[in-house]
Amino acid sequence: MHRSNSRYTFEEPRTERSFETILETLPSYQKRVEELTEILLTNLVMIAEIPAPTFHERRRMEFLLERFNEYQLQNCSTDEAGNALGILPGEVGDRNILVVAHMDTVFPSKVDHTVSIQPNYVSGTGIGDDSLGVAAVATLPIILQQLELKLNANLILMSSSRSLGKGDIEGIRFFLNNKGLPISAGICVEGVKLGRLSYASIGMLRGEIVHRVPEEYDWSRFGTGGAIVNMNDVINRILEIPLPRRPRTTIVLNAIEAGASFNTIPTQASLQFEIRSEKGRVVQDLADQIGDIGAEVSSQTGAEVMFNVFSRREPGGIRFSQPLASHARAILKKLGINPRISPSTSELSAFIDREIPAVTIGITDGDHLNEEGIERLEIAPMAKGLAQLIGLILAIDKGYCDEHQ
Amino acid sequence: MSINEWLKSNTYHHSQFRDLKELIEEKERQGLTISLCIPTLNEEATIGKEVIIFRSELMQRYPLLDELAVIDSGSTDKTLEVASAFGADTYLAQDILPDLEQKRGKGENLWKAIYQLHGDIIVYIDADIKNIHPRFVYGLVAPLIYRKEVHYVKAFYDRPLAFSQGVRPSGGGRVTEILIRPLFSLFFPDLTAIIQPLSGEYAVRRSVLQEIPFPIGYGVETSHLLDVYTRWGMSAFAQTDLDQRVHRNQPTRSLGKMAFGILQTFLSRAQSLDILPNLPEVSKTLRQFQVHDQVFEAVEHQILEEERPPMATLPEYQKRLSELEAERSAERLATDASAQSNSR
Repeated sequence: MHRSNSRYTFEEPRTERSFETILETLPSYQKRVEELTEILLTNLVMIAEIPAPTFHERRRMEFLLERFNEYQLQNCSTDEAGNALGILPGEVGDRNILVVAHMDTVFPSKVDHTVSIQPNYVSGTGIGDDSLGVAAVATLPIILQQLELKLNANLILMSSSRSLGKGDIEGIRFFLNNKGLPISAGICVEGVKLGRLSYASIGMLRGEIVHRVPEEYDWSRFGTGGAIVNMNDVINRILEIPLPRRPRTTIVLNAIEAGASFNTIPTQASLQFEIRSEKGRVVQDLADQIGDIGAEVSSQTGAEVMFNVFSRREPGGIRFSQPLASHARAILKKLGINPRISPSTSELSAFIDREIPAVTIGITDGDHLNEEGIERLEIAPMAKGLAQLIGLILAIDKGYCDEHQ
Repeated sequence: MSINEWLKSNTYHHSQFRDLKELIEEKERQGLTISLCIPTLNEEATIGKEVIIFRSELMQRYPLLDELAVIDSGSTDKTLEVASAFGADTYLAQDILPDLEQKRGKGENLWKAIYQLHGDIIVYIDADIKNIHPRFVYGLVAPLIYRKEVHYVKAFYDRPLAFSQGVRPSGGGRVTEILIRPLFSLFFPDLTAIIQPLSGEYAVRRSVLQEIPFPIGYGVETSHLLDVYTRWGMSAFAQTDLDQRVHRNQPTRSLGKMAFGILQTFLSRAQSLDILPNLPEVSKTLRQFQVHDQVFEAVEHQILEEERPPMATLPEYQKRLSELEAERSAERLATDASAQSNSR
């Protein structure tokens, strides 16, 4: 990947020794951030208790703008996509670091969003994905202030809208497509899991097959078992598609919806699926095959079959040896965490599409408590997760993550 | 002042007080101190969040609160440990004024807070609020800070009586609508303007709290309203809309017990005020019924609304008040001295 901005000068020598200084300071950052955990938790509660299903993030966005204003960030604003943005101006200000967490969740407003805090953990709906990430972004200004850290670069804090599902990371895409400022590097913050590190995206396509029996359908025709039977046929054929071992490729059937009740022939069925592959071409080939299966079933049964694509990601990212990736790993190791490298299909993909070096990191450990989406996050590791974020921002700010290092 | 005039001038929405910097400036200009008291009994599920939000937002970021205390009735869960872990001052009610006869009830905790806490204003917030937010505190103390004639600010959780689509009834709880408001309508019509007379969240000046008696059980909120009204009038009250309050719903049988306790307090006040002078001795036994194997059985509950006297009448409190005032004078002198030395 080529950097789009590489004309930076820094008074401080860009040596590995200087990066070592950041690494050595991480434990003290962690200790001081521990004292600020209350503020992070408060932001987490206040953010997580505002429902924000995708496309309905306005209240959460307004809260964040209020927060950004209180912290005296500059240019606190929203945009046409509904993102919440604020800028912490740098001392030099000739480059821009974008820290982003998505504010939407998969949970409807009617779901109980109450958060509970116990001495060791916090639990609630969608708090790991990604209310904690948003809270970390919202708390960053006060952490940097308390740690008396001043950056050379402008720090753009963003809580992005329309990320999940049919949102298709529209918020971050809109910002990156319309930004007035060149972005030097990006950090995507996810609540869980501390130690996760993504700097590459795999190819991905999320789509839906909708099978609909027309109103004037001739039910005496052969093979007219209704939409469910026909969708079952589609599923069987998808499962017969041979998948290559290399590049690594999967097809996941995520959700199915069909039928109403007894005594009613189902006239509609829909199947949502996701194709992932290390090669973009393979993703497209498989999508074409699934589309063909739908068309074939349609021709055999006379039903309408629609093939809808919700989102698509191209594979890409920075190299394993790229300084941003290697320094992110070094920071985790210094904090005593073994990095778990995995590809991402979230906000990171938007950076990759624009050839902006970026990583996705996690803040704490946690697990799902039940089917309703209640997640439980451990409080103790949060300080370590934030120290990681600070270390990464400083490393980018000082130029240690630049490609020409 | 008519009820509608009072509603217009003394009813607020918390969003009117969102400028916390301005609020704190005014608080400091007047030299006021504010204590938050959270009375608890087995509230480990929600107390952590309340403490952390109030401490973080209203003590660290905006120094509106000078003290945050949890006063517990003897929880069998980890309420006090959780509250303490997040930085609250924690007390067992029985350890405050230990020489007095022990009584147990929420009103007891509220009453003992007057002795234990330091603030000129005490704000009481229940511990079972699931959607806790700083507005629960600043929305209640702000009218006391901005208006000297206001002494007692009550929370309510509804929109104004009139709204854009027309007019609709206000939403008090079940006990309010079928017991309190009818009683107030009969005997104290002005008090019907208090939209949620039984809400457990209110902020009060110490100068008022120390002068009124405290039932230790269900009747504490009702008796406060009656006592403050008869002594200081409606102009002493204000109320603030805090939007939604999410909490546990109580079963109807529990509300029956609450209504029984409140009714005792009300009748007792009505008698002492000569509104119902010739009341007979009333029973303290509430009978509720249940069906067991198709047979009706009476279940009896003894509900005795005991009452603590005005705190100002206790010699222990008078002594403590003198100590608090001495401490404050010393603090003021130290602050003045520091300011003088800085100016030199």
